Amino acid sequence: MSASDHLIPVVVSNVVEVNPIIKRFEFKHVNGDELPAFSGGAHIVVEMLDDGTKRKNPYSLMSSPFERDQYAISVRRDDTGRGGSKFMHEQVRPGMQMKISAPVNLFSLDLRARKHLMIAGGIGITPFIAQMTQADKLGVPFELHYAARSVSQAAYMDSLADRFGDHVSCYCDDQGESVDLEVLLSNQPLGTHVYVCGPKGMIERVVETASSLGWPAAHVHFEHFLAPPVGEPFEVHLAKAGIDITVGAEQSLLEAVEASGTPINCMCRGGACGQCETVVVACDGDIMHNDHWLDEEQRAAKQRIMPCVSRFRGKRLELDL
Amino acid sequence: MSDSLIEESILSRPTYGTLKIVPGLAHYFLADASGAECIIRDVQELPRDMMEKVHILYVPTPGEAALITSLYALGAKRFEHFPTIEEAVAKLGEWLSDAKMGSQLYLAGTEGLVGQGVAKGEECGLDHTAVQCEHRGSLARRVQCVHCKTMIEDVTTQPVKCPTCDLLLLVRDHYSRRLAAFQGVCINAEDPTEEIEIKEVFK
Ligand code: FES
Repeated sequence: MSASDHLIPVVVSNVVEVNPIIKRFEFKHVNGDELPAFSGGAHIVVEMLDDGTKRKNPYSLMSSPFERDQYAISVRRDDTGRGGSKFMHEQVRPGMQMKISAPVNLFSLDLRARKHLMIAGGIGITPFIAQMTQADKLGVPFELHYAARSVSQAAYMDSLADRFGDHVSCYCDDQGESVDLEVLLSNQPLGTHVYVCGPKGMIERVVETASSLGWPAAHVHFEHFLAPPVGEPFEVHLAKAGIDITVGAEQSLLEAVEASGTPINCMCRGGACGQCETVVVACDGDIMHNDHWLDEEQRAAKQRIMPCVSRFRGKRLELDL
Repeated sequence: MSDSLIEESILSRPTYGTLKIVPGLAHYFLADASGAECIIRDVQELPRDMMEKVHILYVPTPGEAALITSLYALGAKRFEHFPTIEEAVAKLGEWLSDAKMGSQLYLAGTEGLVGQGVAKGEECGLDHTAVQCEHRGSLARRVQCVHCKTMIEDVTTQPVKCPTCDLLLLVRDHYSRRLAAFQGVCINAEDPTEEIEIKEVFK
């Protein structure tokens, strides 16, 4: 059973154009009920009914964990993706009814920390907005370092600077500014935890720099949801269900399994949590794994697959589902 | 291999490894006379320019000077020695209060020193993975009397008499990391007149 099996009916209460590529969506329960409690860093899965295709994308909650009358997420438009963000940008309007999952947190603050150091790249800012609200209320010191391509793309920068003042530093590529990770990570008091959310390269740089400076791995946290990539359609045999399914070009294997009514676990839908890990019964061809859950050896063995982000090319793929 | 004499026991009874210098912004060492050789062994191997990152605290046995000289000669950025573990551990706390993430702590010597060093490191915000311990020397234990909470240092006998409440304590393998001490529990509570032989067991 997955969190996204118990969907909450919501109404879109507000849509705000934050900048040319980012929109904020706000949701209220259709009955006006309180929404489930969550902590900073949590995400929800939004179900999109796009002309016959059912898509579910995870988005970090950015609203205050202390206010439960509505949720807010921000969506960055990606025209080369599978169409989820495009659907949100083009089709979703205030008043529309949608379904969302209850929040799940794979990126929570470590409450033992003496200080929280947050590093955001681009749209990776969203989980930190809720986390800062939480850290601020808990009275634990925090610092946000936010890198964006340009001033105009640095969503929420002004409002964050207003709310959190000196706790926030911004760096814009087009101004020639960048975070000096070596200096930043060399100057943190004992007991600091670092959190990073942004592009893959940024996460890798933070993790590598921290470890080379001697930071314990348990003090380094990152979140990187992958968008399921588009590709050629392919066939899959589900051994337990005894059926064949087709995964469409812009559909993920997970979505195709769900559409067939076959039960499957999942949580992040982005190759990060490990919930959807499935045994491969037979594989004659190549699995494009795409996740960051399995290790190199497991991938090469072709005995496991993460249906939320993986694709297949070849003659036959049979899964233990 | 470590030269520790500790045998396997219950889970809460700590076991220790061999110090090995790992990448870090700063390296803090704390040892007593039995552990000094571990510091010398490891720090000698370091390139000269790393000495800027090395900080050493030492608790010599009274009257001993040779190891002080050898430790001093390593050329660490800071080297200080103190007559008691308490003073050295207090100094460690001062140093760590200014320390940054990426600091590593290395403890070598008797269990009393190691245990108190671990507790201080934790109190200062060091993750346990940034603390390494190597046991050397006597197996004398630091014991807390669970009845009156007195800390009894350098316990080598089983049982041991609590100097404060006079109860005869069975020294258990049960170890408290928070207190850096083994637990001593009254051995003849049912019949205080019972005679129990006191033997030296933690040499
Ligand atoms: S659902 Fe999280 S890895 Fe697939």
